[in-house]
Amino acid sequence: MNAETMNVIQMKRSRIKELWEQELGGFKTETSAMTPHMYNELNREFLDLLMNHVSLGDISEDGTLERFFDKVLRANMPLEYITQGLQTYRRIILEVVLEEDLNKDVAIEIYREVDYWMDPILNKVVTNSSRLWERTVSIQKSALLELSAPLIPVFQHISVMPLIGTIDTERAKLIMENLLEGVIQYRSQVVLIDITGVPVVDTMVAHHIIQAADAVRLLGSTCILVGIRPEIAQTIVSLGIDLSLFPTRSTLQKGMEQALDITNQQIVKEK
Amino acid sequence: MNIQSCVEVCNEWDIVSARQLGRNMAKELGFGNVDQARITTAISELARNIYLYAGNGKICIEAAEKMGKRGLKIIATDNGPGIKDIRKVMEDGYTTSGGLGAGLPGVKRLMDEFMIDSVVGSGTEIIATKWLR
Ligand SMILES: Nc1ncnc2c1ncn2[C@@H]1O[C@H](COP(=O)(O)OP(=O)(O)OP(=O)(O)O)[C@@H](O)[C@H]1O
Ligand SMILES: [Mg+2]
Repeated sequence: MNAETMNVIQMKRSRIKELWEQELGGFKTETSAMTPHMYNELNREFLDLLMNHVSLGDISEDGTLERFFDKVLRANMPLEYITQGLQTYRRIILEVVLEEDLNKDVAIEIYREVDYWMDPILNKVVTNSSRLWERTVSIQKSALLELSAPLIPVFQHISVMPLIGTIDTERAKLIMENLLEGVIQYRSQVVLIDITGVPVVDTMVAHHIIQAADAVRLLGSTCILVGIRPEIAQTIVSLGIDLSLFPTRSTLQKGMEQALDITNQQIVKEK
Repeated sequence: MNIQSCVEVCNEWDIVSARQLGRNMAKELGFGNVDQARITTAISELARNIYLYAGNGKICIEAAEKMGKRGLKIIATDNGPGIKDIRKVMEDGYTTSGGLGAGLPGVKRLMDEFMIDSVVGSGTEIIATKWLR
């Protein structure tokens, strides 16, 4: 590292600080609930970090940057705060160094060097945030999948599977698995599949439901399809799909009545 | 005035986007609940066929007009393998993928007009229109 550049940066510490506060002090965010005091603290920490990076060692290697990154995101600050801070810092350093009376070659050398310091940090920020993003997406995806096809035992030998939202192939597979596992686990004689919340029933969805119902039948139980909205009933007919082979009821309530019938159960009001 | 909106179809989620586009356009044009469901389902079939048999392609939706009638037009195009025997794929129950074989004949019944143009080795174009009543 160029000793002269280092010297200049150390000497100009307070000037750098002043410029830094001027530039980043006005950073506006609506996502974070930070008080001005907390924000100033964060700004100071950010600058210290960058100063240390220049004078002590690479903060993209020793975990310091990650910790700061985490802290910023946990405070609900946008990623932009970090990228803008890095750019600001680079600009300020160049500004103060070039305020010195330097010849052109030295100035270019310094320019190159500043780039060389900042690049690993920028790279780290990019990889960090994309990793974080990927992790979030995959967590949400598995959370969604867990919610996507629950089989709920409601009465003895009667279970309900409410389906809400779009059904893709992955979910269709899950429906089948949960259905078969649940039927055995809960000894269900009747399973009600409620499709009130499924926006589109096309041939693929219909095919999967028919297959699931067939599989349930092979286990010796009955599958009743409920919650077929009128417009869905019409499109199913237009598609030429024959649902007459397995029981359907318009509402969950009607389906439940039939399920109680099949399992010889009754709900009675106490006098 | 002929605005057209398109969705590239190359994965399962694109099918959902194409459906949403169609539903929004249908709503805007004043189609009722049942016709909205018909249009969305037709788009779903065509988009899924593109995804399954051609790998990728696109679905375009536009407002249609003919002799004072207004409606919605779905244009599904791909550069996939094409269809050899069009008469056959329009039969109920014909499938090469173990499906129900109800998609294409279904789309024809769901919509008012249906045109299919396919060249083996170069691709398929299907245009289907629904008129406002
Ligand atoms: N875009 C396309 N490119 C090439 N072949 C196609 C295309 N669309 C449909 N086909 C062929 O036509 C056949 C019938 O299509 P159709 O949509 O009617 O039934 P399917 O897709 O097999 O089953 P599903 O009932 O689930 O739709 C398909 O099996 C396929 O071989
Ligand atoms: Mg199909």
